Amino acid sequence: MNRSPYITNAPSVSTIMLKVLLALVPGIFAYVWIYGGGILVTITLATVTALLAEALLLKIRQRPVKPYLMDLSAVVTAWLLALALPPLAPWWLIVVGTLFAIVIAKQLYGGLGYNPFNPAMVGYAVLLISFPLIMTKWPAPLLLAQTKLSFLDQLNFIFSNILPNDVKVDAITSATPLDYLKTQLKLNHEVAAIAQAPIFGTFGAKGGELVTGAYLLGGLYLIQQRIISWHLPTAFLAAIAAISLVFYAINPAHFANPMFHLVGGASLLAAFFIITDPVSGPTTPRGKLYFAAGAGVLTYLIRVYGGYPDGVAFAVLIMNMCVPLIDALTQPRVFGHEK
Amino acid sequence: MNAILNFFKPKRGVHPTEHKAESTQLPITKLPLPPALVLPLRQHIGHLPKVLVQEGDYVLKGQLLAEAEGAVSAAIHAPTSGTVSAIAEATIPHPSGLPDICITLIPDGKDVWVERKPQDWQHADKHALVASLRNSGIVGLGGATFPTHIKLRADSASNIHTLIINAAECEPYITCDDMLMREHADEIVQGIVIAQHLLGAQRSIIGIEDNKPQAIVAMQAATAGKHITIVIVPTQYPSGDARQLIRLVANIEIPHNKRATQLGVQVFNVATVRALYRFFCLGEPAINRVVTVTGNVQDPQNFEVLFGTPLPVLLKAAGGEKPNTTHFIMGGPMMGFDLPSHDVPITKAANCIIASSPALFAPPPPAMPCIRCARCADACPIQLQPQELYWFSKSDNFEKARDYNLFDCIECGVCSYVCPSSIPLVQYYRYAKSEIIAQDKAKEAADLARERNEFRLARIEREKQERAQKHAERALGSKLDGAKAEATKAEPEKNEAVTPEASSEDAAKLAKQAAIAAAVDRAKAAKLASQQAGNAPKNVAPTNPAVQQEIAEIDARRKSVGLEKTADVSSNIDAEKQAKIAAAIERAKAMKAAKEAEKLEKND
Repeated sequence: MNRSPYITNAPSVSTIMLKVLLALVPGIFAYVWIYGGGILVTITLATVTALLAEALLLKIRQRPVKPYLMDLSAVVTAWLLALALPPLAPWWLIVVGTLFAIVIAKQLYGGLGYNPFNPAMVGYAVLLISFPLIMTKWPAPLLLAQTKLSFLDQLNFIFSNILPNDVKVDAITSATPLDYLKTQLKLNHEVAAIAQAPIFGTFGAKGGELVTGAYLLGGLYLIQQRIISWHLPTAFLAAIAAISLVFYAINPAHFANPMFHLVGGASLLAAFFIITDPVSGPTTPRGKLYFAAGAGVLTYLIRVYGGYPDGVAFAVLIMNMCVPLIDALTQPRVFGHEK
Repeated sequence: MNAILNFFKPKRGVHPTEHKAESTQLPITKLPLPPALVLPLRQHIGHLPKVLVQEGDYVLKGQLLAEAEGAVSAAIHAPTSGTVSAIAEATIPHPSGLPDICITLIPDGKDVWVERKPQDWQHADKHALVASLRNSGIVGLGGATFPTHIKLRADSASNIHTLIINAAECEPYITCDDMLMREHADEIVQGIVIAQHLLGAQRSIIGIEDNKPQAIVAMQAATAGKHITIVIVPTQYPSGDARQLIRLVANIEIPHNKRATQLGVQVFNVATVRALYRFFCLGEPAINRVVTVTGNVQDPQNFEVLFGTPLPVLLKAAGGEKPNTTHFIMGGPMMGFDLPSHDVPITKAANCIIASSPALFAPPPPAMPCIRCARCADACPIQLQPQELYWFSKSDNFEKARDYNLFDCIECGVCSYVCPSSIPLVQYYRYAKSEIIAQDKAKEAADLARERNEFRLARIEREKQERAQKHAERALGSKLDGAKAEATKAEPEKNEAVTPEASSEDAAKLAKQAAIAAAVDRAKAAKLASQQAGNAPKNVAPTNPAVQQEIAEIDARRKSVGLEKTADVSSNIDAEKQAKIAAAIERAKAMKAAKEAEKLEKND
């Protein structure tokens, strides 16, 4: 019988997913540091929901439950969604988003390996469209908040929407810099003046910069481990930098500088963790460059001209739609063939 | 800096743990004469050779037992002197596990040679030399076993400028070429000189992977002062694939639809050129080779083994297999196959025997879905998109698989090696290839049948018209005679003027009548025929009566030769061929069914 090769040397799917989770840990630490322990509650809630939903759907679809739960892909989806949501979002928002990501976007399309769209981004987009008010209300970083909520206060707020006595919701939330920039620009303020607001840090959001830096660290680890290819983050960030530079060069008063767009919003989380989802992304090296560059340009355009403060989710979903075309058009030259 | 740059370069191929040190501790050992030698006739690619001996014949060492027959074929020689005890089917070392014709030789222990005739290869006619090679029994010893005399055939069309010697030995575990170079570098180099001379090549390049330092030193010493280049290539599987090696050492990329020889490059394995040397300079045909015995055995090492030596003899010489041995693999762990039994003979293709155990080669974990991580695409030496090929093969989308160059796949196994989902990718490609080949054959047969049918219909139509024409002519002839007689009687002067008119009118009428009569006849005949046949299909639109008659005739003929009536047109083709195609399709289907069953099992 011919069943060679007899030897393999590959990390399992579980190992790959585990390394992705590991790479997110620095970002989560930074998150806790900046926004408090509430994010841990959100992540736990999303993880439990994702695993339960995955197990139930596998059971219904008559697939083996254990190997598919062990592959940890549902956990990665849960963590990414949780990190994309506002840290003090109510529990039901997280549950609804996670259910949508796992049940609709993943399992109903055939489970692991078959989802044409990034599940976490589907969940996020559904929430953003359905509950725009909650989705754009981010808590202020602890160092800026007028009132600092303890971990238990945050836990209580997530599950019961109750704040401690004499604390107002406005006191703990603030607009994100991207959001703030957008609304202030509509009021004909100039970028330089807007950036003087306390929520702005050196490059992006005050405090948020730290989280972003931690994502970068995790992302570099993933590249070094060859879990993700360098093509995707490089092209994505280069595209954002390039298009924002063009606009900034034309009118610096009306358009934020490239650094702000690179560090602000979900740029780095997307660059290393979201657009790098292999299942819903392209497979050819050139295709990866086009896909990521497209996602970068769309992210910028939606930020600047779209109705939502950040454009990552929609940009990724739109590019997901283009993946079959991108793959078909970017087939590499086969050995011994003309181009 | 280089390390950083290399990081971003796509890494074609893989570098598995070599496991070569185990079998290179001891020198090549000559195996003692076994009690019996079993020589399969099928030890090469091409036609079976023609057996020249009979049971009971006494033969000498090196005597021709079977001669090459047909263009692509290779001879078989007696590896030692003794008596032919049987010419019968036995299990041969082949992935199919099917038995094949073998000559069994009982050695007499004297090891008496036939008269050996070394040749003055430097001065003899090249064509005569290559012709003599036809019955040398030499085939590609790297594993491909293509008859060597064909590769050296110096026809005017070939213009070989570069001879490449494949000494890469890129598969893990295998060390027979390594040891051969360490111990017999001189013979190899002389073989290279002969091959270069016969090909008329301008240069020779030896490609060796950098994990064989001792072999490299030996080869460098042996090639000193000769116009032979040694190119040391990095250890990266599958650099020993001929096309990969050509690119590595000569920087020539052979187009997918061309052979290397069309670009003036010929490739030989080191063991093959050594066999050339022994044939031309010592007069010895191919009767032995170096075989690596490794894996789960007590004393892994290389042996010089006579072809036909039973595997147990070889294993015993290697100290025997360790207790938890499950089965044996012939070839390397990347492209080898499970031997159907441990009682098979060593053949010309047997470069390595690995005793396998669960500890050595763990069964793969259940396959997970493809997550499109494209590790396979990054590693594929052919730059294919294995994940797409897998998708197409799995969904039986064979046309797409072909479009994505499935047939360029060399089945090196690199894609499976790096797959995080443990998908047996190569198995899918083998399945898709066999399915496509079966489909192509069936289509070819159907096209042929359709062509024949169209031709037949055209012929029938032509014959019908010819018949009608004849009828008309005959009828017109008799009428004309009558008319002529009347006209002569009545009005002799007008005759000439009237006749042509009348005749043309009459002729048309008569032709029509004749055609109608013929049609009626045919219809009657057809009806009769269909009644005779008794099983005229009812749901078929009434075809041209002539066609029906023809069909009836064919059926009658078929019945007379013992063939039952079949509904489709392809029944025209050779029944044997069709049976073969059907068998091939069945095999492919069985394979698919087995795979699906396996899949189901896993899902449960």
